[in-house]
Amino acid sequence: MDVSKELVEKIDEVITHYPESKRSATLPLLHLFQHEFGHIDEQAVEWIADKLELQPINVLELVTFYPGFRQKAPGKYHVRVCRTLSCAMAGSYELMESLCETAGIDRSNITHHDPIAVSEDGKFSIEFAECLASCGTGPVCLINDDFHEDVDPANADKLLKKYK
Amino acid sequence: MASIKYKRGKTPHKLEHRLIFKNVDREDWDPSIATYIKDGGYKMVKKALKMEPGDITNEVKASGLRGRGGAGFPTGIKWTFIPPDNKKPVYLICNCDESEPGTFKDRYIIHQDPHQLIEGMIISAFAVGAKVAYIYVREEFPEGAQILEDAIAEAHKKGFLGKDIQKSGFDLEIYVHRGAGAYICGEETGLIESLEGKRPYPRIKPPYFPAVLGLYMCPTIVNNVESLCHVKHVLEMGGEGYAELGTPRNTGTRILCVSGDVQKPGYYEVQVGKVTMGQVINDLCGGLKPGRKLKAVIPGGSSSKVLRGDERFTIKQGDGDVEIGIEDIPMDFDTMMACGSMAGSGGVIIMDDSRDMSWVINNINHFYAHESCGQCTPCREGSLWMQKITDRVVAGQASPDDIDTLQSVADNIEGKTVCAFGEAASWPVQSFIAKFRDELVSSTSEDNKDKLFAPEAELAAAGLK
Repeated sequence: MDVSKELVEKIDEVITHYPESKRSATLPLLHLFQHEFGHIDEQAVEWIADKLELQPINVLELVTFYPGFRQKAPGKYHVRVCRTLSCAMAGSYELMESLCETAGIDRSNITHHDPIAVSEDGKFSIEFAECLASCGTGPVCLINDDFHEDVDPANADKLLKKYK
Repeated sequence: MASIKYKRGKTPHKLEHRLIFKNVDREDWDPSIATYIKDGGYKMVKKALKMEPGDITNEVKASGLRGRGGAGFPTGIKWTFIPPDNKKPVYLICNCDESEPGTFKDRYIIHQDPHQLIEGMIISAFAVGAKVAYIYVREEFPEGAQILEDAIAEAHKKGFLGKDIQKSGFDLEIYVHRGAGAYICGEETGLIESLEGKRPYPRIKPPYFPAVLGLYMCPTIVNNVESLCHVKHVLEMGGEGYAELGTPRNTGTRILCVSGDVQKPGYYEVQVGKVTMGQVINDLCGGLKPGRKLKAVIPGGSSSKVLRGDERFTIKQGDGDVEIGIEDIPMDFDTMMACGSMAGSGGVIIMDDSRDMSWVINNINHFYAHESCGQCTPCREGSLWMQKITDRVVAGQASPDDIDTLQSVADNIEGKTVCAFGEAASWPVQSFIAKFRDELVSSTSEDNKDKLFAPEAELAAAGLK
């Protein structure tokens, strides 16, 4: 696996935050890998396990547990729409529909373990997320690391146009 | 101090008391340490480092500060649970996993006033004897995590973190640790397991009280973001001075997060118990939408039991009992509990008569089914089962005895799990059935009795996919 020198430096620095136990660095390393490569594959799991002197299962069990980690490549821009009560009351399911329509995404084949749907052209991917802690300004969504609040479902195209 | 100006349209309501949120939406404010120090920041760190750690704890106890994460447990008392003869390292963890549906306050503290949290953490770490502290930030606050890292670096440069802070001999490192999207990491022992690099399966208490057996099985204090900020103000006003805010046994201020069917949803900081539910809805939030009536209120995050808009409550007042309506309930911890719910995280969700209660409880059930860690059989199986039942209720495919089954499943989760997530998942169902049974049953039909339905079709029919 081609891990750059810069990434290794960041990884080594992060490990120093956990003087008591290297295993604690598993989550930050997974974040660094996902940020760099877009998702976590088998090679990443083995690289991290090797680096932290763990068994690969110790890394894989985190990837499969946490919703924040993806085992398949998302779109160039990954959209997460909040589906929990206050945002749903404010129209987040309608927002999901209009975002899918605008981006050309078909969500009919998603499953519990594979909840991300990617657009045909690979530009956008989308999934529901649980409460994003901004209930007063719902509906809200994250597009990569950008947070958008008070998103009117009718303005889905305006929102997605910002992402080239 | 010069009077504070807020951004246009963001001036606090006159019923508010901005203590923790003093700098949120403030004009000419930024999260830098320079701005924070110019405003008088980090003076309490200097004061704390000259005190005995035990005296700081005593001030926090005297203040009556109760945890602002949801449980409302007295913060000062939690700190005293560290064994007095402890020889292991002590850790302080700031719980910034804010994920309780309806709650949105810690977000603003870390994005706009990170140094208030850092100052509160330094004081608290000194009081409990921690040399290493972690801020566990939920993954969905990527900007917030970066702002915190920048603030920590600034604090280092100014000598408020690192070795021999302000020449006191006290060392402290604070690290930001990002979560990965799991609500159960807001449970303090789930958080600790997550920090250890394991799946966040909570630990059973007793014996695994974090103050005794926490991170790496060492004494660990886990406190909410807002609670740690209050510590700074306790030191500034003195414990007794702080306790003059709010009401007896429900002291200080708290941030209410109001969402749902009100004109002005948002965050409002008030003195605990000094503002009623009616004032929250009608004054702070400008009332319900035109032509609408109050149907239901979730007062403290989705885990808290729902209250009916037209409900009457009998509470103690003086020597006798008095009957009040929902709008008379003071927003505190004790009265809210006496009314059969809880103040919880301060996440108030208002529902008017346009809302279908079956749809509401189904949305909530989806949340808990998704977030169950899977460790305990009643919760793992029961949370998904409850979701499937209410999926069918919403899809018009349930029969009346499904509501009895729903009740039975919820009753078999509550009290039978390792952690309070079991209660969090079952209380909504139990309370929606208790308060809105007729409405739930009216969405069912005897025609559906003994019929089988394909799950995917149920979900698709209800538009729930």
